[in-house]
Amino acid sequence: MAETKEKSLSDKKPKPRVRPIVRLGIFLISHSFHVSVVCCTAGVLALFLLPVLAKNTYISENALMPGSASPMLSNQHVSDGNRLVKDLTNPNSKSSETGIESHKIIAQYMLDLGAEVSFHKFHPQMNQFHPLHFFSSPDSGKIQENYSCSSYGINTVGIIRAPRGDGKEAIVLVTPYNALKSGFGEALSLGIAYSVFSLLTQVTWLAKDIIWLVADSQYGEYAAVAAWLREYQTPKFSSLSTPNAEMCPDVNNLFELKGHSISGSKFSNSFRRAGTMAAALVLKVRDQNEQFEDTISIYAEASNGQMPNLDLINVVNYLAVHRQGLRVNVEKLWSLLNSSWLKSLGEIFESLAKVAKSLYPKWKFGIPATEYVEGTATLASSLYYQALGVPTGPHGAFRDYQVDAITLEISPKFSLDKVWRNDILLRGGRLIEGVIRSVNNLLEKFHQSFFLYLLTSPSKFVSVGVYMIAFALLIAPLPMVAASLYVDANSSSNCSKGDSSTPSAITDTDEHSIAIRSWRWLNSAKLVFIVHLWGAIVSLLPYFISQIPDCSPTTSFMIWVLLSILSLLTLNSVLASPLACAKATQEKEWALVKSVTISSVFIGLGLMSVINFATAEIGALLMVPMCLLAQPLKLDVRAGTLRSFCRMICNLVLGHIAFPPAAFFLLKGMLDGFGNANVGDFWMWVESLWAWNSATYLFIGMVQLPCWVLCISILFHTC
Amino acid sequence: RPKQEEFSEELLLKPFPDHKLLAHFHFQSSAPPSTSNGCHHHLFPKAISQLVQKFRIKEMELSFTQGRWNYESWGGFDPISSSNAKPPGVELWAVFDVPQHHIDASWKNLTHTLSGLFCAPINFLESTATYSTPEWSFPPASGNVRYGTLPCEAVCTENLTPWLKLLPCRDKAGIALLLDGPLLYRGFYHSQRLHLTSTGSSSEGIDSGIILEQTLTVVLQPNSEMAIEVHASEKHIQPSWSLSSIFGKQVSGICVLAKSSSVYLLLDRGLLAELKFPNKENGKSAANGLTSENFWSNPSFELSANPDRIFLEESSSHSKSLSILYMFQVEKYSESEPFDIGLMWKVPVAWLCQQTPLHASRFLMGSGNERAAIAISLKSTQFTEGFMSANSKDGSCELRVAVFQVVPWYVKVYFHSLRVFVDQQPRAVSDIIEKIHVSPSKDKMSPGVMEVVLKLPCRVNTAALTIEFDKGFLRIDEHTSDANQGFDIPSAIISFPNFHASMVFLKDDSLNKSPEKCPVMSYTEVLLVPLTTPDFSMPYNVITITCTVFALYFGSLLNVLQRRVAEEERFLKAKAAKKTGRLPLLLSKLSAKLRGRRLEPLHSPPSSSSFINSKLVLKVILVAGLAVGWQYFSS
Repeated sequence: MAETKEKSLSDKKPKPRVRPIVRLGIFLISHSFHVSVVCCTAGVLALFLLPVLAKNTYISENALMPGSASPMLSNQHVSDGNRLVKDLTNPNSKSSETGIESHKIIAQYMLDLGAEVSFHKFHPQMNQFHPLHFFSSPDSGKIQENYSCSSYGINTVGIIRAPRGDGKEAIVLVTPYNALKSGFGEALSLGIAYSVFSLLTQVTWLAKDIIWLVADSQYGEYAAVAAWLREYQTPKFSSLSTPNAEMCPDVNNLFELKGHSISGSKFSNSFRRAGTMAAALVLKVRDQNEQFEDTISIYAEASNGQMPNLDLINVVNYLAVHRQGLRVNVEKLWSLLNSSWLKSLGEIFESLAKVAKSLYPKWKFGIPATEYVEGTATLASSLYYQALGVPTGPHGAFRDYQVDAITLEISPKFSLDKVWRNDILLRGGRLIEGVIRSVNNLLEKFHQSFFLYLLTSPSKFVSVGVYMIAFALLIAPLPMVAASLYVDANSSSNCSKGDSSTPSAITDTDEHSIAIRSWRWLNSAKLVFIVHLWGAIVSLLPYFISQIPDCSPTTSFMIWVLLSILSLLTLNSVLASPLACAKATQEKEWALVKSVTISSVFIGLGLMSVINFATAEIGALLMVPMCLLAQPLKLDVRAGTLRSFCRMICNLVLGHIAFPPAAFFLLKGMLDGFGNANVGDFWMWVESLWAWNSATYLFIGMVQLPCWVLCISILFHTC
Repeated sequence: RPKQEEFSEELLLKPFPDHKLLAHFHFQSSAPPSTSNGCHHHLFPKAISQLVQKFRIKEMELSFTQGRWNYESWGGFDPISSSNAKPPGVELWAVFDVPQHHIDASWKNLTHTLSGLFCAPINFLESTATYSTPEWSFPPASGNVRYGTLPCEAVCTENLTPWLKLLPCRDKAGIALLLDGPLLYRGFYHSQRLHLTSTGSSSEGIDSGIILEQTLTVVLQPNSEMAIEVHASEKHIQPSWSLSSIFGKQVSGICVLAKSSSVYLLLDRGLLAELKFPNKENGKSAANGLTSENFWSNPSFELSANPDRIFLEESSSHSKSLSILYMFQVEKYSESEPFDIGLMWKVPVAWLCQQTPLHASRFLMGSGNERAAIAISLKSTQFTEGFMSANSKDGSCELRVAVFQVVPWYVKVYFHSLRVFVDQQPRAVSDIIEKIHVSPSKDKMSPGVMEVVLKLPCRVNTAALTIEFDKGFLRIDEHTSDANQGFDIPSAIISFPNFHASMVFLKDDSLNKSPEKCPVMSYTEVLLVPLTTPDFSMPYNVITITCTVFALYFGSLLNVLQRRVAEEERFLKAKAAKKTGRLPLLLSKLSAKLRGRRLEPLHSPPSSSSFINSKLVLKVILVAGLAVGWQYFSS
């Protein structure tokens, strides 16, 4: 061991003083086992403490001034909105096959308000796997020839120009609407948006233009919004790529009818724009609801765990709770709410806080156990959706263009009577009006508040400065253990030789062999590199597999697994085998491999924490114990003590859990029950990950999977 | 005998198709080129004449604008809109009559003078990075012209007051009585303009006449009953209005210093074509019988006052319909019988204003903080088709479009990336561009200027011009106080050299005193480019980090300088030999532990120490436990 060597050396002659920082490093490395146990426990504990440490949100940007003006939305506007809802739900309007009638109705309503109206027709663009398009800015769309007349969507866009504004900025209001099979909820959301829109045409305080986008959601809400944004931000001027949809009779019909409307100049079939988008709100109304009060759900997660500025959520939360009396909730993992262990953990924290408070009254960090459980459930879902990297709604499309956006889903307590409908129109409308008015007050873009945070409730958040501590504690042991293993592996071979002779007899001739030994880690590094290369190949394979036509998810998954194994064997035989054989005789080979693996995992986790914190955190929870515990099973079997037996069990369990598909099925089983798990599900999940350009996919393919393979290889190492 | 100084005031009202009303105030003062009066003036504002004399200004225009001119519904082809539609904020251009190398100095002094005169930060235009020198594409003037804009300047009454002070009667009498600040700024568009022209022999400098035109253009929504009966069947009927209902006042007499004082009502070609005058068939007689009753007692509208004169537009070659101008002389009215004019609509009418041949809009493309592109898209309006057919005698008819674009230096435009699309087809730049002049920007020195004349086929439907740029990094002190808002790219000017907006009326009058053709030009939108902003709390961080680095550096340096290795070793040996006290012993043990000489784990250092040490720890723990217990049970 390192200590024994040092001791033997220092006993002989007075040791020169070592710098304190170096001494501390040596101390930490030599006690790496204890340090890693303490750090990992502290890291997990800190993660569970996050709901307790969450702070109350506050509106950071003074210019927002939410709720400082009394709402101007009156019953007049509500009845306007009601009129639109009636017209849209009228069976006559649904007679048309393509739902163009309802678009015409909406456009006519907008025109009557004096807004500029245009239709934007788009072809839904299938998300495809572009191996090199991760992190790249959204492109202006792929050229696809096989557009047909039948598959296009129509977004209706209305723009109010701020009478005295300079038109440099705009606020976007999006209501997804499927003309073909619209529920009452969608019509109601249009009604709310229309009542706000009709108010905004009359107000004098408007400084930013208002864009109302009725997104045709028959090909998905996200696709419609993304298509409109693509046209808005990166239009194509050349017609070579645009399909000749003008040939399609329906669309022409639509445009012609509008053409000779009376306020003709306000309508145009060209794409209309306003200025730079300041913020966007997506408004939805849920059809069915079993809740007892009107609630509003906020969805904020965009691709790769990006969040809108916290101020936007704060404004909505403040106005909804304190002005409109709506209950606000954010997404929770419902299965966690009933878990008893979480409840007891919360009770422990609560009683601890009670004791602390009685000791010193100013220590007020405790929260009630129920609140703790709810906070943890919210935090877990916040982590989960950020880690997934898939946007939770159409607002995700805006974030790709650095526009702050959230989705608001109003779920009213359901009843059919008219008073209720007016009430929800009035309150929803006033909420939207208030948010728009606040954003309208902004002089600068959102920048004051947080962009990196996790929500534990609509009014509580954990900022980056706090949650990074948990992660840092979790990954802190990695470099120490790596260094300790490296030192260990190097010195143990030294000792084995040095024991026979006196240490002073180490001569110059040995220095050469020491030099060679100290480079031994390169072999392990090579192995690790090969496995990571394999990881990159595995993450590219789905692109080719997805080209195979008519492949069910299950078969695709099987092909993927087979190809992965095949490529691993090939790589191993081609690149690794000759040297591996030569070095196999060396003892402690596995320690070096483990050391390099741990280093690479540390680097991978560190990089990922910058790109998407939540993925890194969840990955660290899985991988750090596995990496730290990995030791050849043979050694443990040979040792035969209780400790080594425990370690063996842990290793085997972790080896199963940390395998990405296994982790996926476990998580899915925990959330939805194990009954309907299917092998193809994993393929579907992976497909969705790459379709959304999620960095999690890269992380799994290039960090977690190689790490797992290396750990397994250490477990089955023949020492 | 030299001419007298003169002042005249006019107000022109014009209904717009989108239920709004244009009120265009026009005040003109002129000083004759004479030295007889010395430096004294009767009517002409002295500040302006001094300005002209000092800086040798040939021509100058300063405009303060709020809101956007809606080219689609308010038109852009008539003289009023093409000379009074201005970009938001402040725009200033001036032509100097001084040697080339003095121009910049004159410009700087001029901006300072004007900023004092108009209570606006026009002096920001002083730095060379903000103004530019258009070569030939700036239509109103050519030659020694300097052009600068402040797009983000907010306009308010404190800019209006000094402007009103230049009028001989201020806003106390005459038409200017209607100018009420709060009311004007409630409008949809508001532009106050000051135009200076010096005439006569300019070489002597002092001996030149000056014409000062002050115009104020407002677009107002006639305060009608529209809001109440918005759902009535007659919602398309134009709102009826009168001067008193719009401005809340009536004109109760003229400014006695004014030579003439008149109010005009203009109904433009599109509207007249829709109205179908009863005697439209015999247009000749209409032109002759100017006093004919049937022009103002029309089935579709009614005027509340009898016009004093009616002018018909002189028929030009290409337009079939004509505009009509009603004139009311305010001189006839008095305090007891104030002047008021109203227009009452009886039937709904819808028409289109005369549009520019191409409607221009400009927008930003791309996302992110690194690169973006400016796109100017031109779309043909209905007007073009009719006009082109008249103009295309020979087969190859061409439409010339001049684009004048100034970009600030931090928007680093790549001029090679200029791309032109005509009717959605990419075209070679050399085919389309007739003439181009580019002056690249210099960092912190001068803005980039691009002047292009496009040569488009007449039948063009859409055309687009894109150019890419890099977003520059600004130093922390170059950011404005609201840096996170983004930075403005001033409006581009799109002009049509082939066309001239003119409106010539049969009986020449003061409104058309200058029947020279004014160029057709339109301004595009102002763009907002978000640039990367530094962390403005950065100085604090920098100070902290720098101090830490310094502390570490000097600390270790001193440490190294002080240290004597040999003595230290001797000291250590001596210390080992000597029996040490309790605390040093403890410390040395701890340090030995830190060095890792022993194999005891970290978590039990006190227990492994000497007996006295463990006793001490026990004592401490006991006391602490007592304290905790007491605290717990007492509360």
